[in-house]
Amino acid sequence: MTGPVAAILPDGRRLHLNHGPIDLVVGVDGPARDIAFATATTRFETILQELADELPSLRRAPGQKPPQGSVPRRMYRAVVPHAAATFVTPMAAVAGAVADEVLAAMHTATPMTRAYVNNGGDIALHLDAGQSFRMAMAGLDGTDHGRIEVKADAPVRGLATSGRGGRSMTMGVADAVTVLARTSAQADVAATLIANAVDLPNYPAITRQPACVIDPNSDLGDRLVVKNCPQLARSDVETALARGQEVAARMESDGLIAGAALFLQGASRLLAFPAIGATQKVTEHA
Amino acid sequence: MVDVPKPEKIRCDACPVMCYIAEGKIGACDRYANHSGDLVRLDPLTVIQAGGQTVKFLGNVADTQDWDGDIIQANRPFVTAVGAGTTYPDYKPAPFIVSQIVEDVDMVTVVTEGIFSYCGVKVKIDTDRHIGHERAIVRVDGEAIGHVMTSEYGSKMLSLGGVEHLTGGSKKEGRVTCDALLRLCNREPVEMTIDDGPTVVVQAGHAPVIDGKPEKLMRVGCGSAAIGMFAKQWAPHVDEVIVVDDHITGVLSEHEAGKQLSVPATGIKIKGRRSTPGRYFQVAEPGTGWGGTNVEDPLSILKPADPKVAWPGLRLLFISTTGEQYAYFKLDDDLKPVPAKISAPLLNSAHRVAENCEPSLCSVLFMGGAGGSLRAGVTENPVQLTKSVKDALTYVSCGGAQAYVWPGGGITVMADVMDMPTMSFGYVPTPALVAPIEFTLRRSDYSALGGHMDHIQPVEEVLNSGIRTVGKTAGQPDPNAPSNYRWSAKTKDKK
Repeated sequence: MTGPVAAILPDGRRLHLNHGPIDLVVGVDGPARDIAFATATTRFETILQELADELPSLRRAPGQKPPQGSVPRRMYRAVVPHAAATFVTPMAAVAGAVADEVLAAMHTATPMTRAYVNNGGDIALHLDAGQSFRMAMAGLDGTDHGRIEVKADAPVRGLATSGRGGRSMTMGVADAVTVLARTSAQADVAATLIANAVDLPNYPAITRQPACVIDPNSDLGDRLVVKNCPQLARSDVETALARGQEVAARMESDGLIAGAALFLQGASRLLAFPAIGATQKVTEHA
Repeated sequence: MVDVPKPEKIRCDACPVMCYIAEGKIGACDRYANHSGDLVRLDPLTVIQAGGQTVKFLGNVADTQDWDGDIIQANRPFVTAVGAGTTYPDYKPAPFIVSQIVEDVDMVTVVTEGIFSYCGVKVKIDTDRHIGHERAIVRVDGEAIGHVMTSEYGSKMLSLGGVEHLTGGSKKEGRVTCDALLRLCNREPVEMTIDDGPTVVVQAGHAPVIDGKPEKLMRVGCGSAAIGMFAKQWAPHVDEVIVVDDHITGVLSEHEAGKQLSVPATGIKIKGRRSTPGRYFQVAEPGTGWGGTNVEDPLSILKPADPKVAWPGLRLLFISTTGEQYAYFKLDDDLKPVPAKISAPLLNSAHRVAENCEPSLCSVLFMGGAGGSLRAGVTENPVQLTKSVKDALTYVSCGGAQAYVWPGGGITVMADVMDMPTMSFGYVPTPALVAPIEFTLRRSDYSALGGHMDHIQPVEEVLNSGIRTVGKTAGQPDPNAPSNYRWSAKTKDKK
């Protein structure tokens, strides 16, 4: 079995942690970056094992009893508010929960002015008063979807992006849905569910297949996931985005998310989004 | 036949997730897969085995005392960089710094899959057909990926990729270029169009397909050379031969070879610019017809015959430099050529020309430069590696294949993708190619240049069931052979 590995990226300022399917990039501004990194590395060492220990229950819809581990509990807490409305398992928040956990460990160990843990695009943030982070939203092919600025006074310490082409399967057709929330785990599950909702049910040209055919381990079981989505008519793009926006708006009014940006085939919808220059560019390829 | 039942799913034990992976599927990490019931790393380390079995090499083997660099004696495994894995930029020592004992010399192969932003391919296309003017842009999906460069003997050359196209142009240009390079390097076909030229399908080790037609033969020589080679066979059976060639069209009776055989003047005149007797440039435009010209009807390059010299009944053969096209005529009473039935001996000579042509192939040479960060994966003092390569203390190979190291600064290498294991190349979204590159040197030399000595692993530790073993490519030197190194000559001098 291959164990976790840690390395400092060549700029000398960021930490890379890898174990199995998890890759984290950690950045810290503050007087004691070394302490923060050492803490992150120590905390990271056992995270995958802790997840693996409770994996069967994490792949099922959340029950009455919360899981044991700290990361599994973060996942559970993030998905429970959505569980009444739709099928969702704690795995929908796994990436964000890992990011939150590592960030929290560093925060406990040492003061930091700014810090982030980026788990493959799902990011947990720490901001001291007056600080801010600027982040880029990128498409699958490197398309620039614009920038986001998160200031310390905003109720946002997590963001996540879901959509087609990522490592996880999606039940919708969104190219990308970026969500801002109080925690990265909350953003993660919301982005997953909004991306699922950006869809055109019964649209024949969109091909789907059961998730378990692609990945027998998937928590989605035999639910249909999108295999291929052709170029859609502009009106269909708007219809699909509107469905996603409706779900996002409900989450926002329920206080589950702070904002969302939805992208599909060159069109976008922004919802309470502190974006700068996020106006959708014309896609560079036809 | 007995079907041995394989378990439907296998359990991956690479990490604590312990995925159950069904046949043909991959685990959660995208790195491990179930391949016919076996757990495989999708990017396995590729080990080239010179012999049949993997053996622990213990040195001190009696029959290697008088080592002469003969690779047949070598049956030790060589660890290639294919599948070694990398993290870009290279911030940690190359994934496997392998130590193995070779004839009492501790060899270290530093295996790294280098990210080459400065990389591309040089493509040699064996054809006389016109594939576009020098400097014409080569495109894939409408994006410029390179250009036509200086022609070589019997071949057209393309220079594709490079940093200007990978990262210097639009995002799409970079993506398309990277994708085309990746496919070419992995020996897959790539269709490209050349500005003011044809569509060409290039695949390493295969004949080029030009405007839908697979090329068959590489010309035997230019038109003039063909005259020289075949004059003796032609002279007894025909009065005049014109070898149509885009470069130099040959005319037998005027050519020195014809003169030597006392072939009389015929008064046959052709278009083009006469270079020396019997040798003509530019008889037509370049194209995909006869001999790389745009000639479809050979009579189109003929001017009226000189009535003072030519005679009715004069026998005239046109042939292309590959012998694939030929046409036979006799002059009528008005000295106009009319098609006639070719004689058997002359037909044979036409076939002989074709026989002497080699099969037309596309060759793809990967070319890239090992940048400072890649070298840093090998040593703490990157420039020392460059010096060591130049001093012939370090041997550079790509996927075990011999790499030509360019003189001058840096480590800029070229290697034939056909000598490398299949699927040796990958890419990163930069975009840039990921290519295997290995540096092999003595343990002592590695130490001297500031190598990551504490990361050296004995080769036996790398040889596990997760590796992929491939046979040694015929004609490729063993990277471990002492003859590759300067110290080998020194040792001999001492004897």
